Amino acid sequence: MSKKISVGPAGYMPQSAPSMGVELAPEGSALLYGETVTPEEAMRDAAIALLTNDNPTIFPGPQVLWDWKEDVAEKSAAILDLASEIPNCKIIPMPDYRPKYPKIDVKAEINPNHPNLTILDNKIKACVFVGVHCHYANLTLRMIRAGTSCYTIALCAYMGHEEAMASIRDLHASDITKFKEIIIEERNKLGIKWETTLPPENPSLPKEDNSTLSPADYGEYRSLIMTKKGEHITDAE
Amino acid sequence: MSAITRPVLNKKQVEMNHLLHEAPREKHFITGAQAMAEAVKRANVDMAIAYPITPQSEVMHLVGDVFAQGHIKEYYRAEEELGTMSAIAGASRAGIRLFTATSGPGLLRGLEAIVSWPGHRVPAVLGILTRVVNAPLSIQPDNIEMAYMMHCGAVMLHAENQQDTFDFTLAAFAIAEKVDVYIPVAVATEGFFVTHAKGYVNMMSEDLVYKEFDPVASPVPAMDNETPPARIQRDAPVQKSNFMSYLIHSVWQQEIWDSNSRAMKYIYEYLGGPIEVQNPGSDVMILASGCAAAQAREAHRYAQEDGLSVGFVKVRAIRPFPRDEIREALKTAKTVIVPEHNIIGWLCTEVKAAIPNGGIVHEGPRVFGGMTLPVELIMFEIYEALGIEHKMKL
Repeated sequence: MSKKISVGPAGYMPQSAPSMGVELAPEGSALLYGETVTPEEAMRDAAIALLTNDNPTIFPGPQVLWDWKEDVAEKSAAILDLASEIPNCKIIPMPDYRPKYPKIDVKAEINPNHPNLTILDNKIKACVFVGVHCHYANLTLRMIRAGTSCYTIALCAYMGHEEAMASIRDLHASDITKFKEIIIEERNKLGIKWETTLPPENPSLPKEDNSTLSPADYGEYRSLIMTKKGEHITDAE
Repeated sequence: MSAITRPVLNKKQVEMNHLLHEAPREKHFITGAQAMAEAVKRANVDMAIAYPITPQSEVMHLVGDVFAQGHIKEYYRAEEELGTMSAIAGASRAGIRLFTATSGPGLLRGLEAIVSWPGHRVPAVLGILTRVVNAPLSIQPDNIEMAYMMHCGAVMLHAENQQDTFDFTLAAFAIAEKVDVYIPVAVATEGFFVTHAKGYVNMMSEDLVYKEFDPVASPVPAMDNETPPARIQRDAPVQKSNFMSYLIHSVWQQEIWDSNSRAMKYIYEYLGGPIEVQNPGSDVMILASGCAAAQAREAHRYAQEDGLSVGFVKVRAIRPFPRDEIREALKTAKTVIVPEHNIIGWLCTEVKAAIPNGGIVHEGPRVFGGMTLPVELIMFEIYEALGIEHKMKL
């Protein structure tokens, strides 16, 4: 098939995919290398990339990391199921969009200000973005195409992303489940042996112990935390 | 502060396509300022912020009346334009629908804040009621200020008359708020010539309003503690970080212009396209936007009566600029005449750059500083272009 965009590195300051003529797919369709295709076609190519490229990784964004909206928990559970079917898949979150000082922990998270650091350090050659707000997803995907050789997949609740190699729009939990089934089919076709296994826990995040949690643990955000009943905080800014 | 008692209205919320294309309309005879305020009335605006300047004052005064009637939730007069435009950006963080308007020097005063709106993904609607910006001071119409707006990434529509002002302003809210656009839309028209003159405007019932703003359907998170991640003001979305921050700034700018170009499909959907063409294939094409299009339209009518090979292109969208559409419309033209209400000829420059044979674009006619644009001025250029003898003295 023809490719309007392809896996990078595209260069120092590449043109954006929309300025190269890539248009968002209409409802009911998907994008594959910038061309409009059926969602299944895009999912199959994406599945093969996740199964055959090194260090496949899912980058969940804020919209699927917090249980803030009705359909989110179902979607997040489907993402875990999806990750379980991709051999040696990791999950590295994009929990927010702030630049990380003094240095990002590339094993623990990815950040839209410098996504290449996480991609390059972990030698990720295929990845899925899901639940990232569209603006930040577009920036991130463009920088990854510019500076890395990583195959990018965007699972988007809205209209999709021109910059991703494969882009699925109007995402629901059922679409993630369908993607998982396609991955299993393609895995079997490729003869890859794999037992459903959850990805390893994030190596950099310490175990949470909420029993000893105090406002001080929230650092600069402590003013946002409601005090417990009867609690009097004397240590304040 | 004294409490203002305002009526609670029970209006039917509908999609923009229903408002613009399906809802029955009635003809009214109103000014351009009234037309803009009437559009705001039907746009379900959450908040309008005003700072007066002629000729915009009438628009925001009328929007104040619309607030008092209960059609808008919040309205206040800011300190000056930089404050107004900054407040619009701040209010947008909370995820609400916003409107403001300004003119000439007010636009330039607010420009520092306005040019940051697209990058901050502020889907507000800005009315620009054009006015002289140069010294000596004048309040008269001249649209040179639009040239200053053209490079910030905002979508820009240019209304020819009162009807356009109504339709463009209403459509602007829907275009601005699309998740794949989500940048401000400016609706410009000429001060006085349109804002203070009456024309027929077909309007739908004011009992209909555009559906409520959805702060969740956004490419950036609204700044509240319920929408993850909670966005804290001190954590600017882009700060000068390591060397990668230069790259994110670059791709961020690309993203704004990509968003601008994505608006084109909605300009087709809501407004029928970025240009209107009459008599394509004519030897002489008159191309104009805004109020100049009204005079160009009239010159085109004169030319038709004379049986001349003259066509007409009206440009509705200045940004995104309809490069492909204009190329197509002008592909067989021998001369292109671009009447404008400014001295630099920003539209002429854009058209020259858009077509492969820019040499066929004639500079002018142009009027500025509040001068009117007589149709005879355009006819003179048409006769000259076609080599027709005439006795016009200008």
